[in-house]
Amino acid sequence: MLERAEIIRKEYLRHDKKFPHVWCPGCGNGIVMGALLRGIHGLNLSKDEVVLASGIGCSGRMPTYIDFNTIHTTHGRALTFCTGIKLAKPELTVITVMGDGDATAIGGNHFIHAARRNIDLTAIIINNSTYGMTGGQYSPTTPFGSKSTTSVYGHVEHAFSIAELAVTAGASFVARGTVYHAVHLEEMIQQAIRTRGFSVVEVISNCHVQHGRRNKLGGAVEMITSYKENAVLVGKAAKMSPEELEGKFTIGVLANVKKPISTEQYQRVIVEARKNSHKNSSEKEKNGIKRYEE
Amino acid sequence: MTMAEQQKRVLLQGNEAIVAGALAAGCRFFAGYPITPASEISELLSLKLPELGGTFIQMEDEIASMGAVIGASLAGTKSMTATSGPGFSLMQENIGYACITEAPCVIVNVMRGGPSTGLPTSPSQGDVQMARWGTHGDHPIIVLAVSSVSDCFSVTVKAFNLSEKYRSPVIILSDEVVAHTREAVALPDADQIRIIDRITPGVPPEWYTPYADNNRGVPDMAAIGDGYRHHITGLIHDDRGYPTQVSQEVEKFYKRIHEKISKGFQEIQITKTYLMEDAELFVIAYGSVARSALKAVRDARDQGVKAGLLQLITLFPFPRKCVDIYLRQCRAVIVPEMNMGQISREVSRVNQANCRIVKHNRIDGHLISPDEILKHLATV
Repeated sequence: MLERAEIIRKEYLRHDKKFPHVWCPGCGNGIVMGALLRGIHGLNLSKDEVVLASGIGCSGRMPTYIDFNTIHTTHGRALTFCTGIKLAKPELTVITVMGDGDATAIGGNHFIHAARRNIDLTAIIINNSTYGMTGGQYSPTTPFGSKSTTSVYGHVEHAFSIAELAVTAGASFVARGTVYHAVHLEEMIQQAIRTRGFSVVEVISNCHVQHGRRNKLGGAVEMITSYKENAVLVGKAAKMSPEELEGKFTIGVLANVKKPISTEQYQRVIVEARKNSHKNSSEKEKNGIKRYEE
Repeated sequence: MTMAEQQKRVLLQGNEAIVAGALAAGCRFFAGYPITPASEISELLSLKLPELGGTFIQMEDEIASMGAVIGASLAGTKSMTATSGPGFSLMQENIGYACITEAPCVIVNVMRGGPSTGLPTSPSQGDVQMARWGTHGDHPIIVLAVSSVSDCFSVTVKAFNLSEKYRSPVIILSDEVVAHTREAVALPDADQIRIIDRITPGVPPEWYTPYADNNRGVPDMAAIGDGYRHHITGLIHDDRGYPTQVSQEVEKFYKRIHEKISKGFQEIQITKTYLMEDAELFVIAYGSVARSALKAVRDARDQGVKAGLLQLITLFPFPRKCVDIYLRQCRAVIVPEMNMGQISREVSRVNQANCRIVKHNRIDGHLISPDEILKHLATV
């Protein structure tokens, strides 16, 4: 374990980048980053073939620290940039890390359409129930009744369930993990990257500085320990009654389906279009475009 | 015209000529969202790109389209999108990202009346200042205007070349009239078109500094996935691409991205002149209005008025030097526009010779006719 940690520190972190990072002490983001790096290390991918993208927010800073092809994009739009990268270079392994507000508020449209399209990307969504970087405003996953800097009287709206949203929108692989279950998380991330098609891992994480403090959920230790108590594996949950599941949430694989992947289907389109273009070349001469084709 | 030239003539719509120009320039990626009067560009490219091994994708909105275009460009593929006013508004956020990360890309805006849903889909030139200043923050950008089907081809090729050479988004402003007019045009042979590609690093990856300055001010560009792992961010960054707030580094960054464009003014600022040698008064026009202006100038000459036309292909960076020369030569300038005066304010800004500036603005969704311009030329 220690040996592996040393390999990861040496191999994958950007030592020329001015550390320390921007995250608060006890933040779950570091645990997610560790699980991600161990997961990728286990897949034997070369650093040149991995793209790590992010949007805006605390999670958005993660790629800066890691020695892959990294891109820190605009708020909520990481998946759109990844779509362009993947279509231009289908051979790359493209992973994006987002926050809950990033992925499901401002980026909600892109998120559901990436899932519907079933493009071969992996989305890791760190869900800490708040906008941490901007000071703790309510996000699409802030629980009903919770306090935040924009819901001081208690939140009047309902929360999204990110993983379930991804299942409904059509993702090939959907899993949920927590920052308490770091080994399990690494496994989920690895499975997601290995999946061909759109894969999502929602990670329940702690922002004790904003969400936790305002809702008296304790510090990092208390919050992270609560995930141990409240997370139930999907298989086990299936055998539990609704009463027993009150206040709990499921972790594990929520969906794993095989279906056509848009990135691969487009390769078929190219083959077909090329066949057609030979057939109709005289037709095209007429519209003047033929001459500029290879 | 020789027989061979005549045989090469084809009947094309402005939007189709933009597609032909883009493919000729090497565009192999397009992402867009349906909007009139730009949709023909999407439709035709969805057919043509896969034939060339390129990729077309229809995204969920225009913000997404712009994101995908930048992603593909950063991965090494020449990319473009096309839209109209409402979609162009949505794209602004990511156009700023293309400016700060210096991602080459081409954005076609087939203008219609605005703001908001506005006047679909009558011609307009209402997005001129927005093309320059639409995204927030200080940024350089290149804006070109097309006035004919033949322009649509050549200016699109030029747009790709400039975007690759200067690592900058280039906006092509078309309008509904140019987009949907069909004209017979003779397109040049592929071997007669000059194509410029971005300069890739000539050093091994371990020596590569992604945003290091050179005498051009345009850093060599490695594609994502080519072995030159580096960081790309929309934050102000240092030479290595990492976020910085160190004031010297911040200032250095802003200066370089502005200077790389000003160093290229001579090449970037494209204008055309007609009968300007002995002109005593002239018209400054761009887009479809330049066509009416040319007819008006010819008619004025027939009446013995020494009129000329300065047609702007490049709107921004505004060709101030060229405009200044003619403002000094002539006693008056007519600036007809299908907006409330978005280029005439630029003309006023550079007018140090006290040349009389006559604005002519039409915003009812109709073309400006040659007669309207002629009236000014005959009476000024």
